[in-house]
Amino acid sequence: MDTNKLTVSSSPHLHAGGSVRSAMLHVLLALAPATVFAVYYFGMTALLTVITGVVAAVAAEAFFLWVMKKPITPVRDGSAAVTGLLLALNLPAGIALWLVAIGAGVAIGIGKLVFGGIGHNPFNPALVGRAVLVISWPARMTAWMGPGLISAATPLAIYRDSGNAGSYRDLFFGFIPGSIGEVSAFLLLVGGLYLLYRQIIDWKIPVTYIGTVAFMMWLLGPEGWFTGDPLFHVLSGGLMLGAFFMATDWTTSPVTKTGRIIMGVGCGLITAVIRLYGGMVEGVSFAILLMNAFTPLIDRYTMGRRFGAR
Amino acid sequence: MSRSFRGGVHPPHRKKSTEGLPIEHLAAPSVVVIPVQQHIGAPCEPLVAVGDRVLMGQKIADCAARVTAPVHSSVSGKVTAIEMRPHPNGRDTRAIIIENDGLDEKVAGLTPCPDIDLMSREEIIAAVREFGIVGMGGGAFPTHVKLTPPEGVTLDTVLLNGAECEPYLTCDHRVMLEWADDVIYGLRCLMKGAGVEKGMIGVEVNKPDAIATLQKAAESYGNISVVPLKVKYPQGAELQLIDACLGRKVPTGKLPLNVGVIVNNVHTAQAIAQSMKTGMPSVDRVITLSGACVERPGNLLVRVGTLFSDILKERGQKCEPKKLVCGGPMMGLAMYTPEVPVCKCTSGILALSAEEASYEEAMACVRCGKCVDACMMLLHPLFISQYGERGMWERAEEIGALDCRECGACSFICPARRQLTQTIRLAKSDIYANRSKK
Repeated sequence: MDTNKLTVSSSPHLHAGGSVRSAMLHVLLALAPATVFAVYYFGMTALLTVITGVVAAVAAEAFFLWVMKKPITPVRDGSAAVTGLLLALNLPAGIALWLVAIGAGVAIGIGKLVFGGIGHNPFNPALVGRAVLVISWPARMTAWMGPGLISAATPLAIYRDSGNAGSYRDLFFGFIPGSIGEVSAFLLLVGGLYLLYRQIIDWKIPVTYIGTVAFMMWLLGPEGWFTGDPLFHVLSGGLMLGAFFMATDWTTSPVTKTGRIIMGVGCGLITAVIRLYGGMVEGVSFAILLMNAFTPLIDRYTMGRRFGAR
Repeated sequence: MSRSFRGGVHPPHRKKSTEGLPIEHLAAPSVVVIPVQQHIGAPCEPLVAVGDRVLMGQKIADCAARVTAPVHSSVSGKVTAIEMRPHPNGRDTRAIIIENDGLDEKVAGLTPCPDIDLMSREEIIAAVREFGIVGMGGGAFPTHVKLTPPEGVTLDTVLLNGAECEPYLTCDHRVMLEWADDVIYGLRCLMKGAGVEKGMIGVEVNKPDAIATLQKAAESYGNISVVPLKVKYPQGAELQLIDACLGRKVPTGKLPLNVGVIVNNVHTAQAIAQSMKTGMPSVDRVITLSGACVERPGNLLVRVGTLFSDILKERGQKCEPKKLVCGGPMMGLAMYTPEVPVCKCTSGILALSAEEASYEEAMACVRCGKCVDACMMLLHPLFISQYGERGMWERAEEIGALDCRECGACSFICPARRQLTQTIRLAKSDIYANRSKK
């Protein structure tokens, strides 16, 4: 035996085999059904938006790393592609592609790399990109379209103005105007369950988030206590997309068990408050961003009792 | 229903290649290297000199300290040297080198003990010490010390650890299956030695044959029970085993005896029974030889002091090992040379291929929280590791660095391939070093 070839290292000597890259690929796979549906429902414009988002995010990461004279290999971890796709899915159909590119650049540059890249960003990068676009181009970002790019109000706006919830079937399967990736609650649920099955996300955040929104909307109904329509609110807007794919983002959500429940409930409460009393009809993005800010604090105070603690 | 604990991971078992192989006797080598320290505690002083002829079972090193265990010769032959040699614990240690004359001539006066029903508690404890029995699961703590707890401690249960949750290892499995009666007899010795009425054996349910055999062997003893445990790593960790079997949580910084329990490995119990019945001290043990680079893996009964290199030569090598591990792959130590001897606590020798001992560069922590879910001590390995890396030892200690048992589950599961267990291990030694400075 050639002892010079023996590796000496500290245990453990085995690894489960998972990687960040494979997890990101699973997330992309989980988003595929909702993305394909968006292309089918909204047409080529959705496909172009998605491609622009992904390519711009990946290119932006490579470019900024190159400018900072750092190795550009981290681009291969797939997280920039996920950010680009999530951003695209959060935009209205028919949006100008240069806006998509700016959003992706902001998401990667200001949302992620200024903090030190993957693992260091306090806020969900895709949502940072979206927030900047909403604030800078509010009209374009709320110009909702139905299929065939005909202007249409989203179910949440109609409901707020007229109290008409529309068809639950259309809401569930996604035949409604809205951001391109948020419309089909059903396909997002399929993707979310896939991530749960793969143990990439934990059930605590999506379940408590959706549960809190449902309860609050039922509690604070238009006709008084307990007269709301929880099902409508669960199926509309970006709740499914946000609860399964964005509030669960590893880097920006708590790592503790209790912390994840607080994250879900907090997101739910803020979403409900914005939908009920806010200037906007939808609140998922800002709810998650706000809770992201509390994540380090939540982790710090929810570590819980250690084994054998008295 | 099988019992378990919170946290844990599911490593690949990799026990298939050896679990069905009966224990084989490996011929004693031409030279044995017997370290004078094979236990936790004070090292022994040699009782023999270079040139002496020693006999099998002869005590060749001992010490007057309380926490220690004597060492015996595993062969008959001539002492050729007493010198520093590599030890599986990584440090060079004084060892007695004996040239085997191949006669296995036993030392005079090895008499079997009477039946334990006829022995007093003190006699049992003295016998366990004289036989040089130490924890054979890897801990190597002198067993007679566990049987004599400090004043004010009341014991009520002896728990045998037959979980064998480390991948690859199957030696405990074979011992339970083939020598079940010895395991039960050894458990009864330990129970009488500790002065307790209750005995339990925890075994993971992936060894149904061992569970059935032990249950049958324990049939006539109403105070001994076999507890099936869920297959999960590290089910055999002492504190988690006690929690799973008895529902007692050992408080932070305390020992199992503080909750009335002593835990021993099943092989330790078997070794006690064997010594009691034959009078021969602890001079051999069963190890699992495995890993992709081993030509003929197996469960081998080997003499203490047999060099890893002799065993590997005897059983053949298929490829150049990337890592040579003493113990299991989750907690075992990687050897820098195969010229180290089997000690009383050596449970396995693994010659791992590059593929098995895979390594990838770490990336930044992505805060996925998998280490938090995996930690059996309910710690937050990602934070402890980061504080440790930054030299913030006080903060690392505050969030429980010293509670870490270094089971390796966090490093095993980390998708960013961070060296969590390893950096926490460093943080712990820094905390202890800082403490002794003050």
